[in-house]
Parts: sequence; C-alpha cells; structure tokens
Amino acid sequence: MSNEENNKEINELLRQALAPLRAPELRRDLWPQMLCKLDEQPPRVPWFDWALAAILCAVLLLFPGAIPALLYHL
Amino acid sequence: MELLERFAGGDLEAFEALFRQHQKEVYSWIVRIVRDSGIAEDLTVETFWRIYRARDRFHPAANFRAWARRIATNAALDHLRTARREIELPEDLAGAGAADPAVRRETLEQIQRAFFQLSAKYRLVATLALIEEEPYDKIAEAVGIPAALVKVRVFRAVRVLRKKLHSLGAEVGAK
Repeated sequence: MSNEENNKEINELLRQALAPLRAPELRRDLWPQMLCKLDEQPPRVPWFDWALAAILCAVLLLFPGAIPALLYHL
Repeated sequence: MELLERFAGGDLEAFEALFRQHQKEVYSWIVRIVRDSGIAEDLTVETFWRIYRARDRFHPAANFRAWARRIATNAALDHLRTARREIELPEDLAGAGAADPAVRRETLEQIQRAFFQLSAKYRLVATLALIEEEPYDKIAEAVGIPAALVKVRVFRAVRVLRKKLHSLGAEVGAK
C-alpha cells in the first residue's frame, strides 16, 4: 500500500474514531461567567517573588560575568 | 462612535455587545479543537478575557472576528499543552457510534489513543484539517502561520500517528 493510500486510510479512520462536530451549539449565555471573571482581582505577586527578583538583579549588577552562566542554565 | 472604537476605548457595554455577538462562534471554534463542551465554555470566557485585556492593542479597523478566532485558537492550544492527555472521550462528543461496522472498535480506540498522544500543535491542526475539514487558509489565519506550514504540520501529524499506530499494533495500512 502506498503512503498516500495509507494516509487516506488513516484520515478515514480518524474521522470515524473522532467524528466531526457538526454545528456544535452553545447551550447557555456565558456573559454572567464573563462578568465574574472581569470582577476578579488581578493576581498579586507575592512579596517573596519581588524579593527574589531584587536579589537576582543585585547579583547580576554586582557580578555581570554571571549573566552568560544564568542564560545557559535557563 | 462605532462599537469597535468604543470597545478599544475600554467601554464595557461595547465589550458586552461584542461578547454576545461572537460568543457562539468562538465557542463553536474552540469546542471543535478541545472536543469537550465544558472546557470549551471555560476557554470561551478565557478568550474574551484575553480579548478584553488586549483591547488597547486592537485597531478598530481590523477584523474583530479573525482576531477573536486567533486568540481563541491560542487559548485552546494552551489548554492542549497543559491538560492531561485524555484517553477516554466524552460520550456526547466521541462519535464512536458513527464508526463503520467493518472497522473493529479496537482499532478506533487505538486511533483515539494515538491521536491524544500527539503534541498539541499537531493535534490542533490535525483536528481542524482532518476531522473538522476546515480549509488550510482558515486554519493558517487562526494559528498565525502560513498555509504551507499548516500542510506540513498535518503531514507530520499523520506520519507520527501512523508510527504510533504501528507501535500500538493497529492493523492500519500495513506497508
């Protein structure tokens, strides 16, 4: 069997295994859920993360030679 | 003032009007990718949340529908990347009943299993191109890549799928 025929067979089987969703309907209005999301407070960055970022900046300023090593390990 | 201009300016009523106009279409696009109605609803809200946050970057003369679809595609792709790889499909969306009786159920299950093992970017294009039969240029616009690259990804997805099926011992297109 050629690759093309093989691919066609796989495509056909795929459509049988995972049938296409013809015109899937949204069953409810999502606006109330959207409003709840809009009302949520933006996530706050913990003070510990700010402290770590500050320490990292200080280290990089004092030891610029560490920048390539840091980039290597990222 | 036009609706899109008001939206870009941060008007919540304009955003609500756009939400109500486009929520069904966005949902319909996402559910085809993630194939789960509950997840698709959450991702529709997530999509509009991203749209609202990015309103400053939206140009009112641009195509809102295409922009929304692109953001929806990214949200769905993020979900595919992070979500647990489901083996079992929800009954209402699996479509197992549509199977050709000549094809063994076991083979179809192996195909489902192999398909859900594909990487997110391959699964996305394979779902839209092969299962939903969306045109390549529409997929390309939604994903933000050239149509030629969509074709390449579909081709690779089928190749990976074929290898996975072979390793699972499925009797599909034995060479």
